[in-house]
Amino acid sequence: MFANTLLMSVREIRRNLMRSGLTVLGIIIGVAAVIIIVTLGAGTTRQVQDEIGKMGSNMITLSPGGAMRMGGAASSAAAFDMADVLAIRRDIPNMQAVAPVSLRRFQAVYGNVNRRPQVMGTESDFSVVRNWKVVEGRLFNAAEQRFGRMVCIIGSTVRNEMFPSADPLGATMRIGKATCEVIGVLESKGQAMFGGDQDDIVVVPLRAFQRRLSGANRIDQVYISAVSEDAIPAVKADLDVLMRDRRKIAEGAQPDFDVRDMAEASTMMQNTTGVLTTFLSAIAAVSLLVGGIGIMNIMLVSVTERTREIGIRLAIGALEKEVMLQFLVEAAMLSAFGGLVGITLGLLGALAIAPVINVPFVWQPATVINAFAFSAAVGVVFGFMPARRAARLDPIDALRHE
Amino acid sequence: MNVLTDTAAVQNSGARQPLIAFDQVYKIYGHGESEVRALDGVSFQIFPGEFVAVMGPSGSGKSTTMNILGCLDTPTAGHYYFKGQDVGSLSRDGRALLRRHDLGFVFQGFNLLARTTALENLELPLIYRRIEAHERHRLAREALKLVGLDGREDHTPAELSGGQQQRVAIARAIVTKPSLLLADEPTGNLDSARSHEIMELLTRFNREHGLTIVLVTHEDDIAAFANRRIDFRDGKIVRETRKGA
Repeated sequence: MFANTLLMSVREIRRNLMRSGLTVLGIIIGVAAVIIIVTLGAGTTRQVQDEIGKMGSNMITLSPGGAMRMGGAASSAAAFDMADVLAIRRDIPNMQAVAPVSLRRFQAVYGNVNRRPQVMGTESDFSVVRNWKVVEGRLFNAAEQRFGRMVCIIGSTVRNEMFPSADPLGATMRIGKATCEVIGVLESKGQAMFGGDQDDIVVVPLRAFQRRLSGANRIDQVYISAVSEDAIPAVKADLDVLMRDRRKIAEGAQPDFDVRDMAEASTMMQNTTGVLTTFLSAIAAVSLLVGGIGIMNIMLVSVTERTREIGIRLAIGALEKEVMLQFLVEAAMLSAFGGLVGITLGLLGALAIAPVINVPFVWQPATVINAFAFSAAVGVVFGFMPARRAARLDPIDALRHE
Repeated sequence: MNVLTDTAAVQNSGARQPLIAFDQVYKIYGHGESEVRALDGVSFQIFPGEFVAVMGPSGSGKSTTMNILGCLDTPTAGHYYFKGQDVGSLSRDGRALLRRHDLGFVFQGFNLLARTTALENLELPLIYRRIEAHERHRLAREALKLVGLDGREDHTPAELSGGQQQRVAIARAIVTKPSLLLADEPTGNLDSARSHEIMELLTRFNREHGLTIVLVTHEDDIAAFANRRIDFRDGKIVRETRKGA
């Protein structure tokens, strides 16, 4: 019986291709939208994970400000100073490296090229903590750090933009009001999570940054790397005790500094992208629902339009449930077909959009299967009412229908 | 061998039991003042192999009779027996199955599926009878040949003349070898030459294959093809005549 119903459904769909096409259009658009959003959302999540991996997963950041903040930009809380860094070095066990950091943008000039890169004052340990390698030249030596010599390591964007043909090593460039000698080039890190070019950077010794560029002793952030992932909680707890002591904050009181590890940052980032993806998927699901209502609408019109056909079927001896099944199968086939087309278009769309917005294309079979199942279900759910209406027609009235 | 041999065999060997019996059938619409008696106590019998014309002006009850005969409607009171079974006691599905296995319909408006080939139109009742594809095609082709439309298998109704469409409809009605063919004004949409061709075709099925036919018409020359004529007026039978009687 089911094979026969399938046969009749296929014949009915084929009989009116225009109507069938309009019926599936809503489903196609809805499914394609869902697929594009979910695929790109998964891509964003993957990108966040990759980036956090690149940062060095044992990294802990210490920033001024309350617990709700990320990163160490301007804040009302007091910045750190070198004494804090020395205390951390001295008192915290299970630590691999510590890198104090100060950040500001300065004008950089070489020849006739003018840029305004991020300038980071730090120490050679940043390479360990941030997992950021020098691909040409070298890191700062002890003397350069101690005496605050103006030597610099440049990011790959600065290298490409300011030294397109020349060898940057040994060149002298101007940064702010000082001049510095380029001693190294960093490997490329690529785009940051939310825009911004991480390679548009010039790194100088912290002491040189404080004396020659900013003129202040403040340290914006301290990067600390634990010896292993397991040591992270202990290091964080020790940091908390030490900083409370140094900043005179009672235990239990709201601290004016923030200790964070990458797992937290990662969770937070993933929550953010997760919320965004869920939100956009909900919008896309609404369009899928609208597509389903579109199917119901056209199926209802189609029942009226096909009244005579239904009358003929009933007169010939079709049972109520056979007519009903036929209409349900038609609706399910149309929406499942719409689902397939929508999935194809959605994947192609995601493939086309992903490189434009700098997100990897992540293919998720589960999403595709769910989208297909959902679209077929939409057909059955929204096809039910029209199908029942068709099946309950009175054959005499139906045959008389013009 | 052709599609209708079985029916003929059954008819020739069968005892003279009526195929159809109307026993004091009433069909009443509305209540009280506005009550309309479409059928007002009608009784008649039709035996296998008969060719009966049901005549009458509009509103005489002939269409109601046709609907009840076709198991599309049930009497308000009284009994309609088909092959001895009381149709009024059957469920909607029970009547659908009776139509599927025993009845063939020919309508005034042809009622073929649009944009569907003649062959597929003929397959429709066979599909509901669960006949498998190969046999289905064979039977459909054979029926088309019987109505003189071999070679038109792939034509859609729009590509056929009115007379040809009615032939396809007749083929669809007889392809399942029904016990009874009900023809409701089958020539109403055709000119007189085409009408006579259709009537000759029906007469041939009745004579050569013993197919029982009930025909509703309001034209005397069409009714003249039948062996027996029942005249309705105001929901009652007013006259019954037999050819040569």
